[in-house]
Parts: sequence; C-alpha cells; structure tokens
Amino acid sequence: MSVKEFARFCLGAGVIGGLLFSASVFAQQDDPHAMHAKDADVPSQEHTDDRSAARAMGHATMEHATSNHGDMQMQGGDARDPHAYSDGYTLTEGPYALPGPRQLKLADEHRFWSLLGDRLEYDADNDVTTFDLQGWYGTTYDRLVIKLEGDAVDGRLAESQTDLLWGHALNAYFDTQLGVRLDQYDEGTGREWLAFGIQGLAPYWFELDLTAYLGEGGRTALSLEAEYELLLTQRLILQPRAELTAYGKDDAVNGLGSGLSDVALGLRLRYEFSRQFAPYVGIEWNGTFGATADQARANGDATKDTRYVAGIRFWF
Amino acid sequence: MKTFSATRRHFVQGLVAGGVLASFPALLHAGGRLENQTHTGTAPVLSGQSIDLVVAETPVNFTGVIRMATTINGSIPAPTLRLREGDEVTIRVTNRLKVPTSIHWHGIILPFQMDGVPGISFRGIAPGETFVYRFKLQQSGTYWYHSHSGFQEMTGMYGALIVEPREGRGSREGDRIRADRDYVVQLSDWTDEDPMSVFAKLKVQSDVYNFNQPTVGDFFRDVSTQGFSGALDKRQMWNQMRMNPTDLADLSAATLTYLMNGRTPAGNWTGLFTPGERVRLRFINAASNSFYDVRIPGLTMAVVQADGQNIEPVEVDEFRFGPGETYDVLVEPKDEAHTIFAQSMERTGFARGTLAVGDGLSAPVPALDPVEWLTMADMMGQMDHGKMDRGAMGHDAAQNKDHAGMEHGSMHHGSMAMDHSQHGMPQNSLAKPSQTVNHARTEYGPSVDMRVDRPRTNLDDPGIGLRNNGRRVLTLADLKSLDGVLDDSRLPVREIELHLTGNMERYSWSFDGLEFGKSTPVAMKHGERVRVILQNDTMMTHPMHLHGMWSDLEDDQGSLRVRRHTIPVQPAQRISFLTTPHDLGRWAWHCHLLFHMDAGMFREVVVS
Repeated sequence: MSVKEFARFCLGAGVIGGLLFSASVFAQQDDPHAMHAKDADVPSQEHTDDRSAARAMGHATMEHATSNHGDMQMQGGDARDPHAYSDGYTLTEGPYALPGPRQLKLADEHRFWSLLGDRLEYDADNDVTTFDLQGWYGTTYDRLVIKLEGDAVDGRLAESQTDLLWGHALNAYFDTQLGVRLDQYDEGTGREWLAFGIQGLAPYWFELDLTAYLGEGGRTALSLEAEYELLLTQRLILQPRAELTAYGKDDAVNGLGSGLSDVALGLRLRYEFSRQFAPYVGIEWNGTFGATADQARANGDATKDTRYVAGIRFWF
Repeated sequence: MKTFSATRRHFVQGLVAGGVLASFPALLHAGGRLENQTHTGTAPVLSGQSIDLVVAETPVNFTGVIRMATTINGSIPAPTLRLREGDEVTIRVTNRLKVPTSIHWHGIILPFQMDGVPGISFRGIAPGETFVYRFKLQQSGTYWYHSHSGFQEMTGMYGALIVEPREGRGSREGDRIRADRDYVVQLSDWTDEDPMSVFAKLKVQSDVYNFNQPTVGDFFRDVSTQGFSGALDKRQMWNQMRMNPTDLADLSAATLTYLMNGRTPAGNWTGLFTPGERVRLRFINAASNSFYDVRIPGLTMAVVQADGQNIEPVEVDEFRFGPGETYDVLVEPKDEAHTIFAQSMERTGFARGTLAVGDGLSAPVPALDPVEWLTMADMMGQMDHGKMDRGAMGHDAAQNKDHAGMEHGSMHHGSMAMDHSQHGMPQNSLAKPSQTVNHARTEYGPSVDMRVDRPRTNLDDPGIGLRNNGRRVLTLADLKSLDGVLDDSRLPVREIELHLTGNMERYSWSFDGLEFGKSTPVAMKHGERVRVILQNDTMMTHPMHLHGMWSDLEDDQGSLRVRRHTIPVQPAQRISFLTTPHDLGRWAWHCHLLFHMDAGMFREVVVS
C-alpha cells in the first residue's frame, strides 16, 4: 500500500488506532521500572479508610501504592535471580534426584483446551444465523487458537472467517496471536491473510481482540473487538460489544472499500443458568462506512440496520 | 436430598447419612459386595506398630448422586492412626487403584524416602503394589496423612494421624493437656465433579465458581450510602488492576460440599460428652482448597497445640485455618448441645457438627457471615503502616495477648507509630529478617499479575472476613511455642527469599513467577540454620507447607514465635521462619491449596 493509501487508512481507522494505542499501553503494565516509585509521589499516610486511600491513589498502579512510613526498602539494581538458591542443581540433577526422566509433572506442563461459543444467534427478521466461536488448545502461555465467525442466510453459509493462530503470552493479561485467516464468501472471492494481533483483558475489564491482516496484493485489514460484562446480578449479565473493521484497499468483488468499512455495536442480555450455558436476547446495530457504504448503496443495500437476535452463549 | 436454607445462600447441605448404604441399598445388593461401600463419619482407629492400609475406589453419596471416591480402607475420612512417640512403625500401603498412588505423612519428621511424594521421595505405589513405609516417630501431637498423587486427596484420601506422647522421659507433651474426651474433627471438602474438570474450568474462567461478584446492584447500594464518586472510588483500583475484590477462594459451594469427619452439614457429625467434662478437639483441615473459620457459639476454645506442637494456651472464640494446618483446642461444653460451625472463607457454605450429651441433639446453626471485599491492604500491604500500633507485634506480643489479638486485627486503627530507628542497627545483619523487597527477575512476566513493594509484616491480622467481627479471633501473633523453636537458637547463616506469585486470569500459581516445571530446587546444607522469607504477591492466603523439616515462625523483629509445618501467608504479607534441615534428601515445598500446588506453586528442596 502506498504512503497515501496508508495515511487514508489511518485516518479512516482513527478510532481503531486510538484503541490500538491504548491496548499497547495496557500491554506494558509489566514494565519493571513501573515499581520504582519513590515516596515523593505517594499518597499521604492520612488515610482513614480504604475509600479515601483509593481516591488518593488515583492513577497509581499497585506497585506505586506505598506509604511514607514504610520501613520496607524497595530493591535497587537488578531483580533477583530465581535460580540463585539452586547451587546448580535441577529437578533431575544433583544429590538425591530420582534416576531417569522427571516423573513429577504438574498442571503447568499439561495442555488444556476450551471452546467458547460467544455468539450463536438467530435473527428471525432476516433469517440470519450468526456464529462466533473461539477454541484453544495448549498450555498457559502457548496455545493453538481457532476463531470461527460467520453468517448463514436461509440455511446457506453466506460468509465466514476462520483464524488459525499461535497464541503466545505477552504479559499477564494479553496474548500475541500470529497465524492465518481464511475468508469465505458465498457470493464473492475467498481471501487469505496473514494475521497478527493481541487478545486479552484490558484495565477496567474490557476484553479486547485486535488483529492486523496482510493479504495478497498488498491488501491490509484491521479488526477490533471489544466486549464488556456488566453483572446486573450474579447470573443476569449485560454484554455491550463493539466490532470495527477497516481495510487498506478496495475489494469490490466482496463489497468492501478501503478505510473503516463497518461497525457493529451490540447489547446482549444473558442469563447464566450455569457459567457455561446462557441463553440471551440482544440488539445489534450495524453500519457500513466510506467506500464500503458507497458500494452497498450502489448495490441497493442498506448501509445501516438494526437487528434483534436471540441466541446462546456457552463454553466447555 | 435434604436441604435447608442458610440465611445468605442456599447450598448443598448433603445427605444425612452420607454413605451409599442408607439411600441406595439396592445398589449394594446388586453389587453383592457389602465391603464396597464407603464408610463415612467418625473414622475407625488403627493403632500399634504395624498398620495395613488399602487404597481403592469405593462409591460414596454425599449429595444425592453416587460418585466414586478414592478411599483408604473404604473410609472417609481414612482410619485415624493412633501411634506412639518413639515407636518405629511399619505401614503397608496396598494400591488397588488402576493408577499409581502414594501417602504422605503430613508434618512427620522422617527419612525422605518415607515422605511419600511421587517423583521426589520415591516412585509412588504402582497399581497392585504394596509399599512398606517404615519410620520412627520422633514427635507427638495431631497430624494427618493424605495422598500426594494427582487429585486423590480431593476425592477422599485423607485421615488423622495422632502420635501419643511417650510416657515419662523425653516426653514433650507430657501431662500438660488433660481432657476427658478426645475427638478428631477433620474438615474437608467434596465435589461431585471430576477434580481435573474443575481445574480445567478454572483454566478457562477463573471466577467460574464465584457467585459473590460485584454487581450493578452493589454499585447503586454504594452510591446511596457513599455517593456516586465514593462508589466509583471504591471500585477504581480493582477495576483498573483487573482484580476481583471478592476473589476469596477459587472454589465455592457452587461445586463443594463441606464435610466434618466425612459428614455433610445435614449429616451432623456428633461428638458426645457428659456435662462437666473437658473435651479435646483435634481440628485438622484436610480440605483440598477450603480455608475454614471455626467457632463453637457459646464456648470459648483454648487453643493448646498448633500443627501438633504445644503452645501457650490462648483462649479464642474463633480461628481460621487452611488446608494442612491443625489446631488442638480444649472446650468445656455446658449446654445439651453446641454447634461446631466451620464456615468456608469465601462464605458460601459451612461444615457443621455438634457436641451433644446424646445422639440426635442439635443446637442452632449460625448464619453465614457476609462476604467482605478484600481491602487495599490485602492488595498492597502496609498502606497504613504508620498508623498501626507496632508495639503489639514486637517481642512482647505473647505477654500481651489480650492486646494483640482482636484490637489490632484491623489495619486501620491504633494510633502509635513506632520509629524503627530507635532500635538501632542490629549487631548481626541476620538477627532480623531483611526488609528489602527483592522481586525475582521472573516475576516480571506473564505468570505474575501483581507484585507487592511494601508488604505488611505484622502477624496479628485475623484476615479478611474476620476483622472486627466482635469475636476474639486467633492470629499468628497469638501463637507461642512452649518448646521446640528454641532447640536451635543459632542465628541464621543466610536468607532465602521467595515470593508467592500467581496470575488469576490465566489461573497459574508459582514461586517467583516460575511454575514447578520451570523451577530449580532450593538447596540447603544439612544442619545449617536458614531463614526463609515468604512474601505473598497475590491476593489469596496460601498455606505453605515445607516437608521434612520444621518451619519456626518468627516475627518481623527476628523473635522466634512458633513451630509449624504449614504457615498461612496472607495477601501482601511478608513472613519469615527459620529452619534447620536435619534430614538429607529431596523434599516438597508447596501451597497446600491443592489446585495452587498442582498449578505450579511447588518447589523442591535438596538437603545435602
């Protein structure tokens, strides 16, 4: 993509860019230097309760939260070597180690799997079934991640998007994801992309999933999903959701234009009969923008619509 | 299934009988093998110097559904072993499971090959095999034993181990504790689910069993009492840090049924007494993942032993203990019936039994206490350090027990600030535990979601949910060993600082951010005096159990307090203990919350 195209892309996806920046900030929560706050900028010791303490702390991370009266010293210089106490021994070498390969393996070396059906819903007005599934298999820090999202209309798969990714822990709350995405259109041309993104939990409990794509012929795309869960009760949960997609190039055959192409804003209310099974009802607003909207208009399609859905959310 | 409602929450109270026989006699006839049922309730007692134990799967029914338990001699709890100090005992353990098993003698000082941790002390006990444990008992008191393989402990493999003091010469316990009745009160927890599937769920969604999460309703309730900005402030830190203030336990009554001596609350385990008698209760927390807050409404408990070790008796209304810990208490019941009430720390359920003058009697069962949010101090340590009365935590805390316990449980009152500079520098820099927080390099990665830079070091906090509750609650500061801790009065030659770490979102637990598989052993020299500093960089309390040697807890001034085998370390707390490894070999060291251990909060210790 040319510099000009790129500039337009950035402009079109300004909102996404802002969020991307925020996400990258969140991703840096583990900066070790963040902890070396000195007493100068700490709250006063006059707290009389947690509430005022919280207020006084303001933007402090927990590492900054200190007291003027603390007699604890913070470490200076390099962080401690976690193997310093081992005298060079390992779990399989050194005195009294049982011979042979290591026998004791705990869950940190096990692989787990999960399948989340975040949205499996039906829009009766338009006879559209939407699915949004994510599965993973692997360890705590390295996983094979599969994301499957799409629509079926009149019982036919209209379009779908499949991400096959290697998820690797970036920090406490975010994973990087690297892999491919395969797009399938009932009417249109399938696309293949390289995918790179981050997914995780941002401060204030926002679930974020941000992915950049690079396709054939210099195609680029960016997608952002954000979800939040508002517990009305322990089981009745309101989930606002936003999804933004932008493309770097026009893709007329698939009805996509460069720049911010579409935005979906949803609100779903679910009842968790168990944490793993929850039917829901929801409302979703969809809008297309820019060149994508132009194409929709040219095809006589609406550029904005509001849909009512009912579905189930589940996971194993 | 019989259930009755607790004031705050309904939870499974369980079947009255507990065993399979009462509810499903047909099953047994169909199976035709009567010995196949699981016995629940007061465990049978085995004593002598030669013991035979058989591990097998047997059916059990605590909640209305039949599940297979892993049992020892077909009993939950497993048989109570009453052994004698000074005896050399031979215990043959036969494995009739399809998978390997093991038994660990929790708190017993013995050669490492007898310690029963598969992969560290021995190879485990293969299916069909009999392993012979042989060791000499060098101590007395209340201990317990359990499987150290997989999640077998969670499915029923735990029992009491009582070592009677040897009469006369060399007896530590001597005749100090006199009681007319002597009961083991073993608390545990049970899930009908497969423990591995429970663990796997936590891996997917770590708050899956928490039904006490902050809601919109709570927010508006706070708005009405504290104003809008007040309610926002209360949540600001938690939300920003992605920490849940009600994350008090990983599991809850949503999956657990709480048991007392293998009986559900409805099953009401009963210990009999005659009015005027003094009753000794040997409380053992044999739960997989539950801290219990224990009290007997109307009775004061005199705590006389902690982890089998004699302490200066301390009178309390209530104590909290975590998996692995034991407390012996003396009570003098006066009414016809007294409820033994053990609510779980996260306040979703309770274990319950009764002390009564006859079978079938019961006393009122208290309501569960409300769920309290964790405080900033639980997240960040000594926020209010300057406002706390440090005098109550120093050398004279023991002499000052009335003062130390309840009144200073709160982080937020007391007015006397102590200036540590008044003490001057100690002669030996190792006389007092280091106050310098040293995070490991590996704490700055995906395995750790929180680090505490100003931990609290006071021992007199009863913990979340027990502060200022109007009852006198035991704290670590109340415990003072009568003997043992001063066996070795040498100063430590070095310090080992380890941080308890975790990532709740990923459900990973570790030391220094390194799960067991990535860790290296902690090497100790035989006979050396070492100080271990444990700093809790998480929001949960971890009962830390070091195998093979004692953990002599000291206060933050380096004054030895109490000998333990399992020390609970509270959120954002930094504690230290001294130890002298007298036995060579490899030993396990881990959080005794079974899931934390299995997630990787586990280290090896090499003594050479």
